[in-house]
Amino acid sequence: MMTHPMVPDPWRVQRVRRDTADTFTMELESANGKHSLAFAPGQFNMLYLFGVGEVPISISGDPAKPGTLVHTTREVGTVTRAMRKLKPSDCMGVRGPFGVGWPVTEARGADVVIVAGGIGLAPLRPALYQLLAARNYYGKVVLLYGTRTPADILFRKELQNWHSRFDLEVHVTVDRAMGNWRGNVGVVTTLIPRAPFDPHSTVAMVCGPEVMMRFTVQELEKRGVALENIYLSMERNMKCAAGFCGHCQYGPTFICKDGPVFRYDRLQPLMTVREM
Amino acid sequence: MEEAKNLNPSILQRSQLDLLFGALAERGYRVVGPTVRDGAIVYDDVRSSADLPVGWKDEQDGGKYRLVRRDDQAVFGYAVGPHSWKRFLHPPLVRLWQATRKSGGFDVAAEQHEQRLTAFIGVRACELNAIQIQDKVFMGGPHVDSAYKARRERAFLVALNCGQASGTCFCVSMNTGPKAERGFDLALTEVLEDGRHYFVVEVGSETGAEVANALPLSPAKPADTAAAERVVTQTASQMGRSLDTTDIKELLYRNYENRRWDEVANRCLTCANCTMVCPTCFCTTIDDVTDLTGEHAERQQKWDSCFTMDFSYIHGGSIRPSARSRYRQWMTHKLATWIDQFGSSGCVGCGRCITWCPVGIDITEEARAIRQSEIAPQAAAKEDENGD
Ligand code: SF4
Ligand code: SF4
Repeated sequence: MMTHPMVPDPWRVQRVRRDTADTFTMELESANGKHSLAFAPGQFNMLYLFGVGEVPISISGDPAKPGTLVHTTREVGTVTRAMRKLKPSDCMGVRGPFGVGWPVTEARGADVVIVAGGIGLAPLRPALYQLLAARNYYGKVVLLYGTRTPADILFRKELQNWHSRFDLEVHVTVDRAMGNWRGNVGVVTTLIPRAPFDPHSTVAMVCGPEVMMRFTVQELEKRGVALENIYLSMERNMKCAAGFCGHCQYGPTFICKDGPVFRYDRLQPLMTVREM
Repeated sequence: MEEAKNLNPSILQRSQLDLLFGALAERGYRVVGPTVRDGAIVYDDVRSSADLPVGWKDEQDGGKYRLVRRDDQAVFGYAVGPHSWKRFLHPPLVRLWQATRKSGGFDVAAEQHEQRLTAFIGVRACELNAIQIQDKVFMGGPHVDSAYKARRERAFLVALNCGQASGTCFCVSMNTGPKAERGFDLALTEVLEDGRHYFVVEVGSETGAEVANALPLSPAKPADTAAAERVVTQTASQMGRSLDTTDIKELLYRNYENRRWDEVANRCLTCANCTMVCPTCFCTTIDDVTDLTGEHAERQQKWDSCFTMDFSYIHGGSIRPSARSRYRQWMTHKLATWIDQFGSSGCVGCGRCITWCPVGIDITEEARAIRQSEIAPQAAAKEDENGD
């Protein structure tokens, strides 16, 4: 556990790798002898750059390797742009981990379908690692991944490795094909009708832009997946991540402590309201 | 606060009120209480009862606050002003940590919050409830705000059972007053009757008992406690506002798309006054400040409000760009979502948001309008039936 939820611990950059034109992955190690940061898939940290600012970023690494902290994010603002320029041995402040993650243990015995859009694959990767590490406990495991273009596909090498596994079904699609793309074209929801899982015994984990998640839920529901077996990861403005600042409220929930991962039936009444 | 029950109420004469200040000061307490400043009753350091608003009362209504002379010398003959105790327990600005650059990184030093023992004089029943509500926010979740906890543990609460309700009070509707039921160290009821002026004193904790023991109290006679009871009963009958809380959570959850939100949005200036004066509103933002050399940085936590555009900013836009959705967020939080989050209403009926709203927007009126909008169509339908 963290010493004080509001005070960052120093971590050191091991490396920063560009994933796509606007996304990158940072690997960090503890700088103060606190050797690891145990986390659950779907949890996030608050990352602070000295003199620049702080942002919430989900953890994209392997929960079985808590000594290395892995974060994948997109360059969207001042802080993430500055993070992109970090060099090995640069220092960063870390608070966390925060929040409630994916129901990986709860899903044992069922099929698992993971639906990711764009950067939404990052917070789902730790869940995949855990599912694969305990593969025998699950029925079918399916990953459906959609991005805008082939150039936006994250974790390409890993996707190829996963694709070649016989115990994992991976389908990737792009909204717009370019170059020599031979795969699926169309939004990720088009993959759902023919994906091989038993809708009556499936846990779905979904992460992506809110519209994409909304349509994904519709398609899953059409297939017969119960709403209480669908989980989404939500995003809102966040300042403290500890439930004190009030910014991340979404109806009766606090994204930071009740989420970011929620069972869909809890979100349903909120997601239909504009400017919630 | 450890409860110390079964202690009989006793009497402190008005002329001896300063001894309470003395007893608290002797025990190392900073004493904070109501005082008149710039035409309002605010909470600040007070040294004796001479600093208190003796002989003043407040006249309040939507968007209106005025101090006027009373025709008696009541010490606590007003309701509540623009300040609440959150100013001390959850201050407007708090430094969380400081960081200094060093070779290959930076050191972070958490702020050492050395909190003073502080006694709050004249805490109203609604305010006691507000404090308990903020306790849940800062100490009841998966994380604890240790600075808040430290301030809270060092606070000595002298409650005051109200002898005067204002035009915007509605604690009776919210079940939070006008009598302080729990959560105080000492509770006073001010009685001015038949030429006598005294306080009926109740003890609510061990520390309270200790302070009470240092005072020249005399046992309260049945007539004295009866007089004290009359004070609160009378205040309860003076409520300037009322709010029907029946199924209010469900009511508001059903009405996210009610047209009333557009109507109130036309009046609301999104100035955030209501959230600043509200004793339960707790939202903050952070400000990372770096000095000119770039060698030193610090993080400040500051009061924030759901009425600002920035509050919900994410990925290049605000989630709640309209006044409609921001007012709706605030009021629905106060009266509905709060119940799911913390097990009680987020409104204690103190009326501050009504009084200090520059355009007099009234939470009780808005809630009533939403309830009416559901009843009205049904009533209309009934009339049609009767017309046949
Ligand atoms: S919402 Fe208004 S009446 Fe209710 S506690 Fe806050 S300021 Fe007081
Ligand atoms: S309700 Fe009144 S006080 Fe609150 S933001 Fe609107 S105008 Fe300001």
